[in-house]
Amino acid sequence: MRNDRTIRPKSWLTFLMVAVVVIAACGGRQADRSLILVSAAASLTDAFAEIEEEFEAANPGVDVQLNIGGSSQLQHQILEGAPVDVFASANPTVMQTVVDVGLALDPILFAGSRLQIGVPNGNPARIGGIGDFANGDLLLGLCAETVPCGSLAREILAAVGVEAAIDTSEPDVRSLLTKLEEGELDAGIVYSTDIIASRDVTGIAIPEAIDLIAEYPIAAISDAPNPTGARDFVAFVLSEKGQQIITAHGFTAP
Amino acid sequence: MSRRRNPLGVVILAVIGLFFFTIPLIGLLARAPWSDLPDLLSSEIVLDALRLSLISSLGATALSALLGIPLGLMLARAEFPGRSVLRGLVLLPLVLPPVVAGTALLFALGRRGVIGEPINEVTGLVLPFSIWGVIIAAALVAMPFLVISVESAVRNLDPRFEGAAATLGAGKWRTLRAVTLPMIGPSLAAGLLLTWARAFGEFGATITFAGNLQGRTQTLPLAVFVALEQDRDTAIAISLVMVAISLSVLILLRDRWWRAR
Repeated sequence: MRNDRTIRPKSWLTFLMVAVVVIAACGGRQADRSLILVSAAASLTDAFAEIEEEFEAANPGVDVQLNIGGSSQLQHQILEGAPVDVFASANPTVMQTVVDVGLALDPILFAGSRLQIGVPNGNPARIGGIGDFANGDLLLGLCAETVPCGSLAREILAAVGVEAAIDTSEPDVRSLLTKLEEGELDAGIVYSTDIIASRDVTGIAIPEAIDLIAEYPIAAISDAPNPTGARDFVAFVLSEKGQQIITAHGFTAP
Repeated sequence: MSRRRNPLGVVILAVIGLFFFTIPLIGLLARAPWSDLPDLLSSEIVLDALRLSLISSLGATALSALLGIPLGLMLARAEFPGRSVLRGLVLLPLVLPPVVAGTALLFALGRRGVIGEPINEVTGLVLPFSIWGVIIAAALVAMPFLVISVESAVRNLDPRFEGAAATLGAGKWRTLRAVTLPMIGPSLAAGLLLTWARAFGEFGATITFAGNLQGRTQTLPLAVFVALEQDRDTAIAISLVMVAISLSVLILLRDRWWRAR
């Protein structure tokens, strides 16, 4: 015999679970004045963490959330409709693709960065300069060609005519830096800002590449869930205070 | 028929669950560049990655079989203090983010690692940035599947069969080979299959420990990740290859092994 009474609590549970799934599916991100979602290139991690702190201190009740990743990865998220308010890219070309589809308005350059050769402290492999990247006996790394630090590094290598014998193409500059910090790689080409931020990596300048500077554009996303917040954040980055933070982290002014 | 029907609630949730699993696949199929597929898939990057993926996933499965089966047997049988701690250790890679597992491997087996440095000094071997690194990273995250399969199968084994073998004069090795392993065959096969599947899809530990270089350490998942940044059609094409290979292996082998029971 089937007893409906004993089944009822379970149906309740079922209903509850279905309800949770449905509500969660409809949730998404609502317009919320207090939240600003900022997608920033991996190399901006430390600088933007400080900007976030200062901005939140200046605007009580506002919560800035940083979405850190490779510039092109962030670009794809935005193109696929991620509810981002501000995009700070390490590469004007990547920003341009977002502008081209009408998703970003008037990007402005807010920082620049030079590439340097990063070696573990003490330079155990005695790296002298960019020419050492042709040495197949060394363990060498670059960023992947698809991220700005990788394409720029390859531009430099091509400009000085060095055929690099690399052992890894790291997905972003932070993971390349980690492998240098751990001493797993003898040398890699990273931003000078990353070297400033790292206690375990020493920089060697690349005089041959003095003209090649990574440029960082920033823009509000045109269908930002929080357009006012987006505008305010961009303005803050470009303000004197924002620029002070940027240059304190080793970036050059635009 | 003695077959019981599931309550309606279960059926509804199951359908939602099924939908949940098919959503990503639908996304992939909807975006697939079908007409360019042959060209995309015959590129050198894809073929290199496919070769490396097959070698490293099979290598990781072999390494897991070599070490994981004994480990499963020991966890099931040997009585020693701290066994549950040991089991926890073995299962840890299942919960640890693979990137953390990879970083930990770097600390341990890297050129400057706790164990890697002496290895490097004695043999000159550098594990990161090599196919060995890829195999080790994949084995670390995949082997737990084999260990739990073997352990639970051996626990559920009727000890009388092995007892009979021993009475008939079979030594420990012979009993293991002729009785224990054949009897846990289906679970062993399932465990190996899961291990292979996990190793085939391994990404985080691999890229952190072994790096990413086409033709040396760039497996299919790494190739997808890099291609996603620049050339989405290639990324989708590679993902489809992975889906096709994994699905056919999982469906074909599973049916074969389970039906026999």
